[in-house]
Amino acid sequence: MTKPILKVENLKKYFPVKRGLLGALRGEPPKFVRAVDGVSFEVYKQEVFALVGESGCGKTTTGKLVMKLLEPTDGRIYLEGKDVTDLKTQEEIKAYRRKVQMIFQDPFSSMNPRFRIYDVLEEPLLIHGIGETRAEREELIYKALEMVKIVPPEDYVGRHPHMLSGGQRQRVAIARALILNPTFIVADEPVSMLDVSIRAEILELMKELKEKMGVTYLYITHDLSTARYFADWIAVMYLGRIVEMGPARVVIDNPIHPYTRALLAAVPEPIPERRNIIKELPIKGEVPSAINIPPGCRFHPRCIYMERGLCDVKHPQLVEYEHNHWVECWLAGKI
Amino acid sequence: MAKTVLEVKDLKMYYFTSRGVVRAVDNVSFELKKGEVLGLAGESGCGKSSLGFTLMGMPTPPGKIVGGSVKIDGREIVGLPEDVLRREIRWQKISMIFQGAMNALNPVYTIGYQMIEPLIYHRGMEKEEALDRAMRYLELVGLSPEIVYRYPHELSGGMKQRVVIATALILEPDVVIADEPTTALDVVVQAQIINLMKKLKKELGLSMIFITHDLSILAEISDRVAIMYAGKIIEIGDSQKIYYEPAHPYTQKLLAAIPRLHEDVDKLEFIPGQPPNLIKPPSGCRFHPRCPYAMQVCREQEPELKEIDKDHHAACWLL
Repeated sequence: MTKPILKVENLKKYFPVKRGLLGALRGEPPKFVRAVDGVSFEVYKQEVFALVGESGCGKTTTGKLVMKLLEPTDGRIYLEGKDVTDLKTQEEIKAYRRKVQMIFQDPFSSMNPRFRIYDVLEEPLLIHGIGETRAEREELIYKALEMVKIVPPEDYVGRHPHMLSGGQRQRVAIARALILNPTFIVADEPVSMLDVSIRAEILELMKELKEKMGVTYLYITHDLSTARYFADWIAVMYLGRIVEMGPARVVIDNPIHPYTRALLAAVPEPIPERRNIIKELPIKGEVPSAINIPPGCRFHPRCIYMERGLCDVKHPQLVEYEHNHWVECWLAGKI
Repeated sequence: MAKTVLEVKDLKMYYFTSRGVVRAVDNVSFELKKGEVLGLAGESGCGKSSLGFTLMGMPTPPGKIVGGSVKIDGREIVGLPEDVLRREIRWQKISMIFQGAMNALNPVYTIGYQMIEPLIYHRGMEKEEALDRAMRYLELVGLSPEIVYRYPHELSGGMKQRVVIATALILEPDVVIADEPTTALDVVVQAQIINLMKKLKKELGLSMIFITHDLSILAEISDRVAIMYAGKIIEIGDSQKIYYEPAHPYTQKLLAAIPRLHEDVDKLEFIPGQPPNLIKPPSGCRFHPRCPYAMQVCREQEPELKEIDKDHHAACWLL
């Protein structure tokens, strides 16, 4: 069995909520937003692991924890077998960032508008001291741009970000992440702001880079269709926990958790015959606040199968329902 | 035969900017029948939202209607003075559900106050009567009537979107324009809102123009679909035909670019290049620089929409 590139163990991140003066005087206990509440997963080389969920489920926070942009409240992160949870010195963090890079959602605001494309790509090289001479760096920059099909690179290096289209900008963002030759890329909704036609182009590019260069991705998205297309593994998150995890096709074609089923039922599909049918959505109510997480199974107030005395009392654990297919539900297999 | 509630002919709306004239809506014609949902799709910048605002008689400055006609229930609205538009047309005859419900409501007024405003202004109702009606409309969109006393920040995104829908319907307009009504919402809430719109369509016989960039959502609700590219409708017809027998290369490519949930797709198609600059659109067919089948004639002459089947028109020289 190969070793995972990234391993996350029981990761937690609680954000404190400000108490009012009155609350502090009354001695109310401090409250927390439990954004990520005990998440564990492993990502293997050259695979794409998708974290899927609605806004506020903790998927982006998990990505930021992996990127070490946030300090976890509890839990451990391992990269290539090495514990990287408590990197203290600047050098350690720098060495880590060289291996783990990020692609952001919004290509319009993730680049300094006053930089030329050349500067955008040179900055990581300068920070990490790669390329002794200008000529060496230039070659790396040209190579990175060619890799993401910004060709001919000579035509683009002198431009500013606003002179590129959204798709081109996102490709430059990918080039910026790739230029350090990282082992791992966190891609947070990299295509959600792009038009359909460009979205396909970026997904194709990311897929190609995975196959050619052996890049491993943590793909954070709310879109199950692109997750199925791009990812090898899918983990569905709800209120800070992974409720179902498995190979992408298995999770989508044979969902076990009631929440996964509801999410899948809600995905619109380009099938016009269904236009006059009201869709059955097997879910009630709305997502509760992550400050007041329901007792028992955190999905129980919205679950249509909820069993009183069980689901609303005891918290289920993520268990292996079938080989490689993990589900956190008391009723797994019974509904 | 259902009655035609909206008739648009050769509509032109240009933005007069300092850099030149942007032909955002250029010779657009279509009809909308009573009780029908027409889906309007295209990439960002294709003019679909501009068209929506133009139909409301309020092109965003520096936009101006340059030509053509828009008839709502037989009445021409192009060229009507602003006060007539405001008093007699907007919200009464044609209303709009805006993109981003979060920003469409005023945070300092209660929901009720915002909903009864058009009733008092347009129908001269007393406050109690208007409030009563607002409550009925809130129930219709699946909300509790007490919400009239709440403020926008007390509601979730999905609830706010429902309020915006109720407000757009409260004067019983002939035509409703929904501009990306679900884009900012999560998948489950989005599906609930689509369900609500289907229900309203059935119960109230709504005639609606549904604008979105997402062809999957469009398929969930539209009876007919129009695809826009660079300010023009390039294909329009019955939605079954558009989805299963797309005629225009652009429509074909757009559909092939959608990842499917339950099918394995080896390779997604994409359209190389980007939508053209509308100040200086390409000669001939505006899609030709990105079209894999482009021929000499495509570069020289602009194709007209022609009928290729019953209720299915496309503008392409290949047909």
